[in-house]
Amino acid sequence: METDKSKIGSFLFNRSVQGVFYQLITLGLVALGIYYIVTNTARNMLERGLASGFHFLGVESQFDIGMTLIEYSPTSTYFDSFIVGLLNTLLVAGIGILFATIIGFTVGIMRLSSNWLIAKIAEAYVEILRNIPLLLQIFFWYFAVLRALPKPKQSLELYDSFFLNNRGLFIPDTVFGEGSSIIFYLLWLTIIISIGMFIWAKRRQDRTGERFPAFYVSTALILGTFFISLAATGFPVSFEYPELKGFNFKGGVKLIPELVALTFALAMYTASFIAEVVRGGIMAVSKGQTEAAKSVGLKQNLILRLIIIPQALRIIVPPLTNQYLNLTKNSSLAAAIAYPDLVLVFAGTALMQTGQAIEIIGMVMGVYLFLSLFTSLIMNLFNRFMKVDGER
Amino acid sequence: MNTMRISFLGLVCSVLMVPAAFAGTLDTVKSQGFFNCGVSQGVPGFSNPDADGNWSGIDVDVCRAVSAAIFGDPDKVKYVPLTAKERFTALQAGEIDVLSRNTTWTLSRDAQIGLEFAGVNFYDGQGFMVRKDSGITSAMELDGASVCTNLGTTTELNMADFFRANGMAYEPVVFEKADEVVNAYDEGRCDTYTTDKSGLAAQRTKLADPDAHVVLPETISKEPLGPVVREGDGDWADVVRWSLNAMIEAEEFGLTQSNAQTTCAMTSNPVVARLCGKEGGTGAGLNLGESWSYDIVTKVGNYGDVYEKHVGENTPVGLARAGSPNASYKNGGVLYAPPAR
Repeated sequence: METDKSKIGSFLFNRSVQGVFYQLITLGLVALGIYYIVTNTARNMLERGLASGFHFLGVESQFDIGMTLIEYSPTSTYFDSFIVGLLNTLLVAGIGILFATIIGFTVGIMRLSSNWLIAKIAEAYVEILRNIPLLLQIFFWYFAVLRALPKPKQSLELYDSFFLNNRGLFIPDTVFGEGSSIIFYLLWLTIIISIGMFIWAKRRQDRTGERFPAFYVSTALILGTFFISLAATGFPVSFEYPELKGFNFKGGVKLIPELVALTFALAMYTASFIAEVVRGGIMAVSKGQTEAAKSVGLKQNLILRLIIIPQALRIIVPPLTNQYLNLTKNSSLAAAIAYPDLVLVFAGTALMQTGQAIEIIGMVMGVYLFLSLFTSLIMNLFNRFMKVDGER
Repeated sequence: MNTMRISFLGLVCSVLMVPAAFAGTLDTVKSQGFFNCGVSQGVPGFSNPDADGNWSGIDVDVCRAVSAAIFGDPDKVKYVPLTAKERFTALQAGEIDVLSRNTTWTLSRDAQIGLEFAGVNFYDGQGFMVRKDSGITSAMELDGASVCTNLGTTTELNMADFFRANGMAYEPVVFEKADEVVNAYDEGRCDTYTTDKSGLAAQRTKLADPDAHVVLPETISKEPLGPVVREGDGDWADVVRWSLNAMIEAEEFGLTQSNAQTTCAMTSNPVVARLCGKEGGTGAGLNLGESWSYDIVTKVGNYGDVYEKHVGENTPVGLARAGSPNASYKNGGVLYAPPAR
């Protein structure tokens, strides 16, 4: 008897058994908690007469949106308004990331310059922009842009085809006529050939040490083919020019001031953080690397390109990913200045008209989660590509 | 191990703490001694804070009337400023008990999003404001215009309907906060600013040069504005509904804030006697004191008192009542309250 008891005792007091036991209880309680929240929400919604479900997505939205990348009208569905908002968010995030990267790398490298003035300008940029709340910066650029620009009738113009006023920037739209598809096929073909050439040049250099100017050759190939094919097909490209009609310009491509101000503010703000990331990454590469590179006779720009940057990038990429994610998520501040992004259009107007907060906010959260995970995935792949061979 | 046990205890407790069945809002309000009233972030004449943070306006006075009816004191109200976007969620979530924030009564709001409208305290319609120097005299000339407006309002739908029905193009520029709309319009981002006409009159006072702007004659929609409560609490809805009705009926029978005391002392009219709380026992049905309507009239005023004080012709908002739907039905308006008996 006593041995049995002690066996049970030792079983009960066994650490790993206890661990599993507690984890099971925790799991059960969490599941119970979620079940409770879901059923309680459903009951409350029923009690208060709140509509639920996703059938509203197929209903006509009956509102209009100021900037759409796809065909959209008040007879389009709520799902279409979701897509419009999503594309607008992607647009501002994409352009923002591009410019933030360019400005950020430039300022980061400027801060390391041995020229006192350049280094101080870069330092001032970083310290001012990263220490002012982003929302204020967005308002500043928006109202600065609006106030600085003239009314449509007094537009600033360039060659009668570019117009700038407080309704936006109007540029000619390129319209590709018949027979222009061959140009695009050729363009794609030359791009694929160029990629092949880069791979071939790298392998040849690894094998023989001989270098091949792949960059110049491919640029010449792509641009050359493009212009020759344009000429050969008799320039099947025309331009649609913006024209002042009534209140505003019609035709051409229009960039609304909200987009410009938002992209500008997001890019400038995020660039100040990226600059610091870049500076940190470069400074983390030991000085000995530069000295060693000099001693084998590499030129200054090659030292930067072949020795410093590849090593710095491994340090830069993970925090850079954070900045990209921040920029994407910060783009939801668009609502403050009427840029029709996902939050304004879908979590704003559509939510108000349908009242289905849980479904809509759930979808919007899902989108931001997906965008963030997707950005992380891309950057992790890039990071793996950049790592030193054999490194774990 | 100890911390683990404590966290277990916490989890178990939180699961078992099922909220008690809803006590009626009226009982809760009576026991806590005040209620929360959702208002705008500042629309002059409707709900607007002064420099000391005291709220005033005809929407605010609906809440004050409810407070007077329940407590005999119009100031047992906590005001919660809300954007158009936040307002319904705040009400559904119980953050506020009454929403009195120039809110349009529509079918979808009434039926789909768990709201109950308690009446109409202002009959409005959507209009357009433009700069005088633009030379525009009619909304039909707005083809291609950039239009500034507020997010989360019926305005967005009405303007889409209006431009679609008339085959005109436009560019919507939609802001979340009313002040941002006004600012952007003032900076010239838009050719026109659209919202309810009362809102246009109120917001115009915030422009840099109010006289340089004009409201176009067209009214493109019906906007009956009124107080809103949560669906599913009829007793509370009744209190709000009849507080508003009492203000309207008091005006109809000539009972004003200034004459109520003397009139009530000597009246022989049974309707007035009921409003004075001397006859009829109307308070018991609403679970209120018998002097509820008398308190509203003496402490807040009747509908006419409130209208003239906040939005009438002698205020900066300056909305003439005569000839508008907000006149009493006896004067050609549509303001009509069911009998308080």
